[in-house]
Amino acid sequence: MSASGPRLQPSLFELSKPGRGSDKVPHPPRDALDRLPAEHRRRQPAALPEVNEPEAVRHYVNLSQMNHAVDTGFYPLGSCTMKWNPKVNEWAARQPGFAQLHPMAPDEIAQGTLQLLWELEQMLIEISGMRAVTLQPAAGAHGELTGILMVRAYHAARGDTGRTEVLVPDSAHGTNPATATMAGLRTVSIKAAPNGRTDLEAFRAALGPSTAAVMITNPSTMGLFESEVGELLDAVHAVGALAYMDGANLNAILGRFKPGEAGFDVMHINTHKTFSTPHGGGGPGAGPVAVGEKLEPFLPAPRVLREDDGAFRLERVGERPTSIGRMRSFVGSTGVLVRAYAYLRTHGASGLAEITDDAVLAANYLKKRLGDTGAYDIPFPGVCKHEFIASATSIKRKTGVKTLDIAKRLLDHGFHAPTVYFPLTVDEAMLIEPTETESIETLDAFAEALAAIAREAEADPEIVKTAPHTAPVRRLDEAGAARNPNLRWRAAVGDWTPCPD
Amino acid sequence: MAYGPHTPADRQRMLAALGMQSVDELFADIPEGLRSSPLKLDPPEPEQLLMNRLAGLAGRNRVELASFLGAGAYRHFSPPMVDQILLRGEWYTAYTPYQPEVSQGTLQSIYEYESLIAELIGLDVVSASHYDGAAATAEAALMTCRAAARRRVLVSQAVHPHYREVLRTYFAGAGLDIEEIPLVADGPAGGTTDLAELERRLAEADEPVAGVLLAQPNFYGLLEPMAEAATLTHAAGALFVAVVEPVSLAVLAPPGAYGADIAAGEGQALGIPPQYGGPYLGILACTDSLVRQIPGRLVGMTSDVDGKRAYVMTLQAREQHIRREKAASNICTNQTLLALAASVWLAALGPHGLRDVAAMGAARAAELEAALASMGVARAHAGAYLNEFAIRVPNARAVHRALLGRGVLAGLVLADAVPDQPAFADALLVCATEVTTGNDIATFARELGAVLGGETAGGAFEPAATPAAANA
Repeated sequence: MSASGPRLQPSLFELSKPGRGSDKVPHPPRDALDRLPAEHRRRQPAALPEVNEPEAVRHYVNLSQMNHAVDTGFYPLGSCTMKWNPKVNEWAARQPGFAQLHPMAPDEIAQGTLQLLWELEQMLIEISGMRAVTLQPAAGAHGELTGILMVRAYHAARGDTGRTEVLVPDSAHGTNPATATMAGLRTVSIKAAPNGRTDLEAFRAALGPSTAAVMITNPSTMGLFESEVGELLDAVHAVGALAYMDGANLNAILGRFKPGEAGFDVMHINTHKTFSTPHGGGGPGAGPVAVGEKLEPFLPAPRVLREDDGAFRLERVGERPTSIGRMRSFVGSTGVLVRAYAYLRTHGASGLAEITDDAVLAANYLKKRLGDTGAYDIPFPGVCKHEFIASATSIKRKTGVKTLDIAKRLLDHGFHAPTVYFPLTVDEAMLIEPTETESIETLDAFAEALAAIAREAEADPEIVKTAPHTAPVRRLDEAGAARNPNLRWRAAVGDWTPCPD
Repeated sequence: MAYGPHTPADRQRMLAALGMQSVDELFADIPEGLRSSPLKLDPPEPEQLLMNRLAGLAGRNRVELASFLGAGAYRHFSPPMVDQILLRGEWYTAYTPYQPEVSQGTLQSIYEYESLIAELIGLDVVSASHYDGAAATAEAALMTCRAAARRRVLVSQAVHPHYREVLRTYFAGAGLDIEEIPLVADGPAGGTTDLAELERRLAEADEPVAGVLLAQPNFYGLLEPMAEAATLTHAAGALFVAVVEPVSLAVLAPPGAYGADIAAGEGQALGIPPQYGGPYLGILACTDSLVRQIPGRLVGMTSDVDGKRAYVMTLQAREQHIRREKAASNICTNQTLLALAASVWLAALGPHGLRDVAAMGAARAAELEAALASMGVARAHAGAYLNEFAIRVPNARAVHRALLGRGVLAGLVLADAVPDQPAFADALLVCATEVTTGNDIATFARELGAVLGGETAGGAFEPAATPAAANA
C-alpha cells in the first residue's frame, strides 16, 4: 500500500468490531419500547457494522479516491453532459431554509421555495418555448414516462382510443422504448437514414391512425441536428399524433432552437445534464417536463400556482381532475431544482447562449482534431452539435484493437472513456461530448491521447488490449458476476452484538 | 462566462482550425424557419448577488417551528461527518459507474448500501436505488404482476396517499388494476387494514391477485398485522409487498421475518434532509427468487484478472439500455448519492445508535401523547404505534393554522391529505423523533390548550403575531 493514491478498501463489514462505535445520539429510557407488542418487535438486531468515526471517514475518503469524477478530470461521456458542477449550487441547496423545509409544510411557511420553483418553471418555459412545465419527475426517464402518459391521456380524452404505437428512431436511448412499454404502448423502431439523420420517409410510412406519439432526440444521439424536423413535425401532426422531444441534448441548442416554437408538444429536460446539477455517481437527477397547450390540462399534480396577490401555493388534492395524477411523492426533487435555479440565474440569457456556442465549438474542434489523426473513422462528417461519433472500425480491422480496449487505455491516460457502443447503430462507436467547461488544452491533450493509443494499437496491441494498467483494479470478471451473483455482504454468525434491551 | 475556460483567442484558434469565421456557421444546419427567438431571461448574476438572492428566498421559508410533521418525511439527527463525506467531489461529480476500473469507490459504496439495507430489511436482493418511496412502491407492485403473470394488485388504504396516487398513475399507464382495501373503522384494530375484506378480495376467482401491499408502520402510524396479511396473500398465490420506513426496522420485525416477498420504502429518514420533497431514496428489495424481476441497477462483487476483489454493475439484461422495450423498467438515472448518504449515516450511527434513534422517537411520541392527553386531546385509534399517531381535534384545520401562528407546526391536517376518507375529517397526524425536544412538546401542549380554550371561550382563533409570520 502506498502512502498516497487509490487504496482498495475492505468492506465496511470487515472493519466492524463488536463494541466499537461513536456515541452520536443520546440513549433513550430503558422502557422506551415496552409498549410495543412483542409480535411487532425485531427479535435479532440487524447486523450493521460497528465502526468509529475515524475508521468510517477514512473508509469513505479512500473509496472516493478510486473514482474518476468531473472534479478530478475530463469526463467526455457522450449524451451525459458531464460539465462543471458549480460549488455555489451545493451551498445553495444546503441553506437551512431550503434543506430543512418539510415537504408537507403548509404553503404559507414555504413561500421561498414555492417562489423559486415557480420562477424556475417560468425560465424553463422560456427556454423550451412551451406553455407550461412540471418539475415533479425525478429523472429524465421519469419525465419521459410523464410525457407519454400525458399523451395517452390526451388521446383518451378525445375518445381517440386506437393509438397504441410510439415511433422511436433506432438510435434513441433505451429509455424511450422502455418508457413506451411502461405506458402500455408498443414501440415501432425506425431505422436511421445512412447520413445518421432521421429517415423522414420511413417515419411517414409508419405514421398512421394508430400512432400515439413520435419520440425524437434532437440533436440526436449521433450529435446531429435533425434538419428535417419541421417536415417530420408536420407529418406527425397531420395524422393526429403528438411529438415528444427527448431533451437529453438540450445543451446544444439553448437560445438557438426552442422545441415548443418549432412545434413539439412535449419534452423533458435533464437538469443533471444541461443545468449542471451533479450526477452523484448515478443520480439524483431531475426531469422537468415542458408541454404545449394540448397537454397542459394533463400535467401531473400538484402544480405550483401563483395567486393574484402574489402568494404561491400548491394545487390541492383533486383540484384538477384532468391531471394524469402523481408521478412521485411530494413536490419533486427540490434540492436538485435549487441547484438548477442557481445555475440559470448565474448564466441568464447571454450566459446560456454562450454555453451552447462553446459546447458546440468544442465538440466540432475535437472532432476535427480526431479526424486529422487519420486513425479514427468519423462516420458523419460535417458540422456536429455538442457531441460526435468516432469509430474504431478501421483500427479494429488493422490491429484487432476494439473500441472497448481504447476506452480502457484512455483510463491509463487519466481520462474517462467516452460513451462506447452507443448508439447501437454504429459499429465500434465512441460518443464523445466534451462540454463547454473544458479548456482547449484539455481537448488537445485528449485528442493526442487517442492518437497515441491508435499508434500503440499498431506497435504493441497487447498493451491496449489488456488496459487499464494504472487503475485501482484491472479488467473485471463481469460474466462471473452475472453467473453467480454476489449482491450483498454476508456477515458471519456472531458478528453482531445484541442490543442492551 | 461563469465557468467556461475559453479566452477570445482560444475561440479564434478553434474556429480557425475549423476554417470558420463565426460560431454561427456551426448552427447553419438548423433551418432558418426553425431558429429560435432570443431568450428572454434576466442578465447573468454574479455569484455574490446570487447568494444574497438565494439566502433571501431560503429565509422566506419558516423552518424554526416546533415541528410534529412526519407523514412520510422525517427529521433526524445527521452527524456532520455525513455531509462532509457527501461534499467530496469524487462522489457527487462522478456518474454511473460505466467504467468500473475507475469507479470502484461508487461501486463498492453501492454494494455496501445493498448489504446494509439487506440486513435491515431481511431480504437478500436490494436495488441500487429508485427515485423515492412512492416510485419504489409502484415498481414493487409492477414486479408482482410480472412475477405472477397476473394483472390485479390490492393496496391498503393505510399506505401513504401519495404512494397510492402514484400507483394509480403507473397502473393506468400499464393497463393494470389497482384496488384499495379499506380500513377497520374502530375498535382495537381501528385504522389498520381490514384483513377480512382483504381475504374476501383475494378469494374473488374471476381475476386473481398478483400482489398485496401494506405499510408498516402505516400512514396513520399504526402497526399492521403484517404476518397475518402475508399468510392470507400467499394462500391466494400472490406476492406480499411490505412498504417500510427503514429507521423503524431497528426495532420492528423486518419484512424478511414475516414472509414479505418484496419490500419498498422511503429511505429519506436515513439522515437525508427533508428539503421539500427530494432528492430522496427509493428502497426496493426482494427475495433471491425474484432477482430477475427487480428493476434498477444491481452491483455485485467479482474479481479482476489478477484475482483482486472488485465490484461491478451486474445482471444488466434486465435494464433498458440492453433490453429496450422489453426491460423491467425504464429507470436509468437513480439516487446513488442518496444511497451513499444513507450508508454513511448508518455507518456513523451503527446498530446501537440506530436503535437509540428509533427508541428515542418512540419515547418522545409517548411523551407527546401524554402531554396532549393532559389538554384533553386523545388519539384517534387504539392500536399500537411507534412514533407517529393521529389525534382527534375539533376544527382541526383551523386549530392547525392557529398553532402555526404560535410557532408550532402541529403535524398534518388529515382532511387535506386524505379528503376521500371522512373518518379523518377532524384529525391531525403528529409525530416525534429523537430531535423532538421536551420543550417542543411542552410548547405544543400549552399552545394547543390555549387555542382550544380560546375556541371554547369565543369560537375564533386568533393567531398570535410573530415576526416570522409578518415576513411571509
